[in-house]
Amino acid sequence: MPPTPSSYHRLNPLTKAVVATAGSLGAFAAGGYIGPIAIDLAMALLALRAGVLCQLGRASLLLTLPIAISVVLVSVFTRAGTTVLFVIGPFDATAEGVDFAAQTLVRLFAISLSIGLFVMTTNPRAFVFDLERRGVSPRIAFVAVATIEAVPGLVERAGVIGESQRARGLDTEGSARARLRGILPLVGPMIIGALTDVEERSLALESRAFSRPGRRHLLWAMPDRSWERWLRWLLSVGLVATAAARLAGWI
Amino acid sequence: MLELHGIGYRYAGYATPVLHDIDLRLADGELVGVVGANESGKSTLCLIASGLAPGSIGGGLTGSLSIDGVDMARQPLHAFATRVGIGFQNPATQLSGVTGSVFEEVALGPMNLGLPARETVERTKAALATLGITDLAEREPRRLSGGQAQLVVIASLLSMRPAHLVLDEPTAQLDPEGTRLVAEALRELASTGTGLLVAEHKTDLLDGLCSRVIVLDAGRIVLDGAADLVLADSRLEAWGVEPPSRIRLGRALAGRGSDPSAIADAVLAR
Repeated sequence: MPPTPSSYHRLNPLTKAVVATAGSLGAFAAGGYIGPIAIDLAMALLALRAGVLCQLGRASLLLTLPIAISVVLVSVFTRAGTTVLFVIGPFDATAEGVDFAAQTLVRLFAISLSIGLFVMTTNPRAFVFDLERRGVSPRIAFVAVATIEAVPGLVERAGVIGESQRARGLDTEGSARARLRGILPLVGPMIIGALTDVEERSLALESRAFSRPGRRHLLWAMPDRSWERWLRWLLSVGLVATAAARLAGWI
Repeated sequence: MLELHGIGYRYAGYATPVLHDIDLRLADGELVGVVGANESGKSTLCLIASGLAPGSIGGGLTGSLSIDGVDMARQPLHAFATRVGIGFQNPATQLSGVTGSVFEEVALGPMNLGLPARETVERTKAALATLGITDLAEREPRRLSGGQAQLVVIASLLSMRPAHLVLDEPTAQLDPEGTRLVAEALRELASTGTGLLVAEHKTDLLDGLCSRVIVLDAGRIVLDGAADLVLADSRLEAWGVEPPSRIRLGRALAGRGSDPSAIADAVLAR
């Protein structure tokens, strides 16, 4: 595995996955403002430590913005409430709607930051191989990594096919209609090409004993210190306890 | 020794066989070239010799395949991996796509065999060294040139320690430099005792590299003999195979009344 740039990057991938899960689900389980905002701040601090705060903030904003706009519009103007802030046509903007929208937004942001931090600091191969070391089948591990790793290849292939189709006069830019018309000639060759690749790759893998039953001895093991194991348990128990407390109406 | 006896094969869903009555022996350390026009059966022969047909792709096989005296008819596919490796023409589709470095890529096969980590590392280092690509170990497989990627593919097969390698047009997508790298690697491998069966359109590559060449036409072996004799056979073009440049140049010079031997020898020496 290549050297990693920060101590957060170097955490065991499962620890980072548990942090992401606890952050995402915890924001919903806690409800209100304090829990989700605390998670937002915690994720921001971890991102700062990992040196990805700016990228993560930008990515999270971009990801949550479209949902945030619709949440704000729907909540502010359609949520029933007694305190009307202002009126636009038939719609009343209520303080209760604003409150609901704000709560939803801090939760959404917590989810986005949690998952984004995991994605930006974790090598997918390291994560899947760590899962394999913990007992996940090598075939499932391979499929998971191959799926993740196939994305850049498909994007590259789509670019090449797009260029060659454009060279033959296909209009793939301009109006939405023109773009839509341009999709079919791109999708066909991309899918057929990808299927051919899969067939060849599966033959190549067979010749490298991929179908052999039994476990593999991996060349490296991700570091997994005892405090990380404790942290994972703590976060998992904390998440369950928070959800239980919320269901019981204590928070 | 890899031996095919009376091999006939038809693809799944097809009634007509594409190979008929093939007898072939590949000794350890022997480098055998297979030539033929498109659809003459070269690729199918490679798939059968490596156990992938019918093992992986199905179809109907008659005759027998044995490796080192072991009849492979009822052997599972993974049992072939340590006896015979196969490489195809497109290196990009033979890389697993799941590894972050050339070292990991070459180590994938031994890992699949369930070998201890120490042996996997030792085999990986040895395979990289054999092909002279140790300096590529840390490189990302996706970022390699075609020639480098094909060498990594061959190293990935070598790390399985098969006694035989079957290569189906290994230089088809390579530039002259990549072709030269692969040719050098094949020569080196044969000298270490690996039996090599190389299907190729580029007779220039086989010329001076192979000890023996087989010509396939419409699924049958029509000529099998010493490379020098087969590649100079006057019927080659009728079977859809272009003779090596050395032979064509010699014939052109002879046609003009010049003595071709000196020039032909000079070309071969290069």
